[in-house]
Amino acid sequence: MTAFDGESVLFADTLTVSYPSGLHALGPIDLSVKAGECVSILGPSGCGKSTLLASLTGLLRPTSGSARCGDGEPPGVVFQEPTLMPWASVAENVALPLKLAGRAGSEAAARAALTLAGLEEFDAVRPAGLSGGMRMRVSLARALVGSPKALLLDEPFAAIDELGRRSLDDLVLRLKAELKLAVLFVTHSVEEAVYLGDRVIIMTPRPGRIQADIAVPNEPRGDGFFTSRAFVDSAAEARSALALSKAA
Amino acid sequence: MRTPDIAPLIGGIVMLAVWELAVRLTGVATYLLPAPTAIANALISGAPVLIPSAVVTLGLALQALLFALLLGVGLAVLFSRVTWLGRALGPYALVLQATPVVAIAPLVIIWTGVENPRTAILILATIVAFFPVLANATAGLAAIDPGLDRLFRLHRAKPLDRFLRLEVPTAAPYLLAGIETAAGLALVGAVVAEFVAGTGATGGLAWRIVEAGNRLETPTMFAALILLAIMGVVLATSIGWARKKFA
Repeated sequence: MTAFDGESVLFADTLTVSYPSGLHALGPIDLSVKAGECVSILGPSGCGKSTLLASLTGLLRPTSGSARCGDGEPPGVVFQEPTLMPWASVAENVALPLKLAGRAGSEAAARAALTLAGLEEFDAVRPAGLSGGMRMRVSLARALVGSPKALLLDEPFAAIDELGRRSLDDLVLRLKAELKLAVLFVTHSVEEAVYLGDRVIIMTPRPGRIQADIAVPNEPRGDGFFTSRAFVDSAAEARSALALSKAA
Repeated sequence: MRTPDIAPLIGGIVMLAVWELAVRLTGVATYLLPAPTAIANALISGAPVLIPSAVVTLGLALQALLFALLLGVGLAVLFSRVTWLGRALGPYALVLQATPVVAIAPLVIIWTGVENPRTAILILATIVAFFPVLANATAGLAAIDPGLDRLFRLHRAKPLDRFLRLEVPTAAPYLLAGIETAAGLALVGAVVAEFVAGTGATGGLAWRIVEAGNRLETPTMFAALILLAIMGVVLATSIGWARKKFA
């Protein structure tokens, strides 16, 4: 049981989720992510990673326990697909959360979010005119437009080529530091999990529970990081925990 | 600018020339097959009667299209909200669609009264045009991207926001395709209903065809047909143009 310490932005307390079919999908899970912290989640397919994210966003009601996200405002969420409205411009897509919340000043906020994501010149373009990596940047800008305290990403860059992926990972790290975001990052890649995470959480097969919680040493991220002791040791630890989890 | 393809123009001129020559060489009676020049003459001399009739028919078709649009979209939205109603009534819309409009026409005329052919024609043309609107609007409303649906739920979108910002833009291309089909059908419905009503009271183009047929004025029949064809093409292309613009 984790105590809510006031610093935590994302918070799960003995959270379990079972589906109406009786399938026990998740938990119990205790988790807390602080402002300015990124927690990566690794686990076998179907272990309930997406269920955990859906509970934290409020899209899914916990069966027992609780899941909370900061002040109750919707967190920024990036899904596996960019999920943009093809009929709307990049700026309109980014402004959508504010429009839905009925908040004023959505255009200025959209411009600011586009600048954060390095997209200031593409505001008038339709999504169809952008590459996959650029579309993900738009999706990221949209997640940030409401100035959320938390950012949840559900395997967002899996379909993107290696180079584009690294630059998106670096963007997430920069945004986390600049905006003091609590970030929860679900991925299938051990390297990406260690690169992004201050902690890497390994989940068990369904019903997903926390198998291991690995702290990654706080060393500067960049090309050099991948050959560092911190990376090599953390990745090895994550891999063996993942192997244990799969064997269970 | 691209140079327009002149092949259709040449094809048309050749066909008309062959037709004209064949009629002149064989000396076939005008009431059986008039020459293109005779049809052109009938079109010019009959214009004062034919053009107003064309306007009447076009007006009826457009009104029916509007009714079909309101009814089809309204029902599609209702069915998407109250799904059991869609399941209960959907199959009967299909039955109505499968029944030939000519067969329904006498019934509708009895109900509206023989003295109200205009109402009967509007109802019949609406019945024919309404189904593609309903079917396509229903398909469009069902085509919502599940990811966007989740995003709208995440941000607790109000029902009106969801409708205007997600459902309408998703359904629009489907709906325009349905309207394109419906426009052609509305014209067919208006003409068929006018035939069945068998009265000159509305004075549409179909009635001009019946009238000219009774008098064996075959060139006038052809002239009316040409006007109908032009209306159909103009309707379809203008909606097709709008469709491309919004797609």
